[in-house]
Amino acid sequence: MTPGIEHFLTVGALLFCLGLAISLSKRNAIGVLMGVELMLNAVNLTLITFSRFAASPNPVSGHTFVVFILTVAAAEAAVALALAVAVYRNRETIDVDRLNLLRS
Amino acid sequence: MTPFLVSDKWYDIRDLGNLSRAILEAADRILPFGVVYVLAAVLGFVASFLLFVLPSQLFVGVYGERRIIGRMQSRLGPNRVGPFGLLQPIADAIKLIQKEALTPTQADRAVMYVAPIIFVMPAVLLWAVIPFGENMVIADIPVSLLYFLAVSSLPVIATFMAGWSANNKYSLFGAMRIVSMAISYESPLVLALLGAVVVTGTISLSGMVAWADEFNIWMAFVQPLALVIYFICVSAELNRTPVDIAEAESEIVAGYLTEYSGMKWGLFYGMDIGYALAASGFAVTVFLGGWTFFGLEQWVPGWLIFIAKTHLFYFLFIWTRGTLPRLRADQLMAFAWKFLLPLGVFNLLIVSTERMLWAEQDYAKGLIYLFALINIVLSGALVYAWARFNGYRPERTPTRPRLVKQVGGYIPIEERP
Amino acid sequence: MEGFGPSLAFWVLSALTLIAAGGVMVSRNLLHAVLFLILTFVGVAGFFVLLSADFIAMAQVIIYVGAIAVLVLFAILLTPRSGRDNGETRWALPGILLAVCLAAIFLFVVHDTAWDTVGDAPAGLDARALGTALLTTWVVPFEIASVLLTAALVGAIMLTRSPEEEAEDALV
Repeated sequence: MTPGIEHFLTVGALLFCLGLAISLSKRNAIGVLMGVELMLNAVNLTLITFSRFAASPNPVSGHTFVVFILTVAAAEAAVALALAVAVYRNRETIDVDRLNLLRS
Repeated sequence: MTPFLVSDKWYDIRDLGNLSRAILEAADRILPFGVVYVLAAVLGFVASFLLFVLPSQLFVGVYGERRIIGRMQSRLGPNRVGPFGLLQPIADAIKLIQKEALTPTQADRAVMYVAPIIFVMPAVLLWAVIPFGENMVIADIPVSLLYFLAVSSLPVIATFMAGWSANNKYSLFGAMRIVSMAISYESPLVLALLGAVVVTGTISLSGMVAWADEFNIWMAFVQPLALVIYFICVSAELNRTPVDIAEAESEIVAGYLTEYSGMKWGLFYGMDIGYALAASGFAVTVFLGGWTFFGLEQWVPGWLIFIAKTHLFYFLFIWTRGTLPRLRADQLMAFAWKFLLPLGVFNLLIVSTERMLWAEQDYAKGLIYLFALINIVLSGALVYAWARFNGYRPERTPTRPRLVKQVGGYIPIEERP
Repeated sequence: MEGFGPSLAFWVLSALTLIAAGGVMVSRNLLHAVLFLILTFVGVAGFFVLLSADFIAMAQVIIYVGAIAVLVLFAILLTPRSGRDNGETRWALPGILLAVCLAAIFLFVVHDTAWDTVGDAPAGLDARALGTALLTTWVVPFEIASVLLTAALVGAIMLTRSPEEEAEDALV
C-alpha cells in the first residue's frame, strides 16, 4: 500500500497521543518533559506532512514553522531541565505528586 | 568543471565512479527493478569501507600510530609479528576475539551489549557523504555537511550507554565527562564550519570541493582559524589523547571502557580510529580541497590524492597525541567556552563581512586571495589578542635552571606569602 | 510517493517510531526511557527524509539527539535516587483514557476528511529556499526566536546556580 497523507497524519496523531499519555501519567518531572518532547515531534511530523502533500502556494512555510518549533523545544528543554535540577536541590525529589507545598 | 584529458569511459581509473556507474548500468539491464539500488549501496560500502577505511584503520591507525608514537617516545614499537611488525593489528584482533567478553553481575546487560553496536554504526554511515572523486560519493545529498554533523552526534549516546550500563563508578565518571565535552565542543565546532559554509555558500561537500577547484585555493587559507578550531574540537569530541579526559587512565581507570573486555572493547577501540579517520576525511574535504590538488588530479587519480591527504591529516592526530600532555577536565571546559566559542563568533563576523563585500563587487575572483591574506593575519592577531585579554601570558623559555617555587610549584607553608 | 521502497520505508519507520514511543511509556527505568526516546527522534527524522525535508531531518537529529537527549541524560544524572524511577502517578488512568479518546477523534478526522493533495514533492523545499524564507518573510519571528534562545540560556544558568555560588557573587 502506498503511503499517502492519511498514513503520515495517523502516525503523527498516534505519536501525539502517546506523548500526551506519557506527560499526563508519569510521576517523574523528567518523564513528563519527555512526553512533551514527543508531542512536539508529532506536531513537527504533521506540519512537514502538510507542507509536503497539501496543495499550497508557499510550501516552505511548514518548514519554517518546524524550525521555530525546534528552537522553542530546545529552549523549553533547557529551562525545564534546569528547573528540575533546581527543584531537586531544594526538595530532594522531582516527583510531581510530592511537589504540593502550596496545597492547603 | 572540464578537466584536461577528460573521459567518461569506464576504464578511466582517475574516477572510479565511471567504472561503478558502468557496472550499475549493466546490472540495471539484467536485474529486476530496484535491486540496482541495493547493489549500489553494497558497491559503495565495499569500495569505501572495506577497501579503504578498514585497512587504513588497521595499518595506519593501529600499526602506524603505534610505530610513530614509539618513534616519538624513543622506543621501537611493535616489530615482532610479520615483516616490520605489520601483522600486529591482525594478531591483536585474534587475541581480542579469543578473550572472554565479561559482563559485571550488576550491569545492565542489554544496554551494555547494544552500546558497541550503536557505536560502530555511525562510523560506517559517516563515509556515505565523503567524496573520494568527482563521481565517487555514495550519497551526494545537498545537505551532506549537516548529515555529517548529525551522524557524528550519535556516538556520544553510545559511549554514554557504555559508561552508564557497566554500573561502575569510574565508567559513570567517563560517561559524564564525555557528555559534557560533547555539549561544550559542539558549538565552537559548528561555528567554525559555519565560516566555511558562509564563504562557499553551500552545505554540500561536493560543492565545497568544487568551490576549492574553481577558485584554486583551499579553505584552510581562507579560514585558518576555522581549521584550528575544528581540529581542536574534533579531537575533544573523539577523545583523542591530549584531550581524552573521558578515558584518562591516570585519573579514572579507563573511563567508560573500564568494564569492557574482548571484542566489545575492540569495537570501541577500532572505531575510535575510524571516527578520527572520518573526521580527517571531512576536514580534508571541507578545508583542504578534497580530491583536488591544483590540477594534479588530472594526472593522478583523485581518490589517491584524497586518501593521501586524509592520512596526512590523520598524522596530525598522531602527532598531537605523541607530544602534548593531557589536560584537566575543567581546563578543557573553560577552553571551549571562554576561548574557542568567542573566537568562533569573531571568525564568523569577519567572514560574513568579507562575504558581503565580496558579493557586492564584480572583480570577485581575485579578491579571495586578498581575503585569505587578511584572514591569516587577522587569525593570528585574534588568537594573540584574545589570549592577552584573558590574561594568558606566553611562558618564556628559561635560559638558566630555575627552582620549583619560582615557576609556581610547591611552596612550603611557612614560606607562603 | 510511488514505488516499493518508500512504502517499505514508511511501514518500517512507523513501526520503529511507535514501538519506541511505547517503550518510553512502559519502561520502568528512566534511562531506558530516554534511550527509547532517542530512537523515536531518529525515526521521526527518517519520516522527514521520506517527506523530502532533508534539512529539517538533519536539524532534528542534531538538535534532538545531539542536544536535547543529552540534556535529559544530564538532568537524570544530576538528580540521583529519584531520577531512576519512571512510575505512574495516581492520575495515570484518566490521563491514558483522555489520550485514547483524543486518538480516536484524531483518527476519525484524518480518515473522514477529503484531503486536497499533490502527488509530487512541491518545488522549493531545499535548504536555500528555507533560508531565504527565514530571512525575508519570517525575519521578525526569527529574531524573536534568537532572543528567546538567549533568554533561555541565561535563565537556565541562573536557575542551576548553587546557593554557594550566589553567596560568592553577592559578596562581590
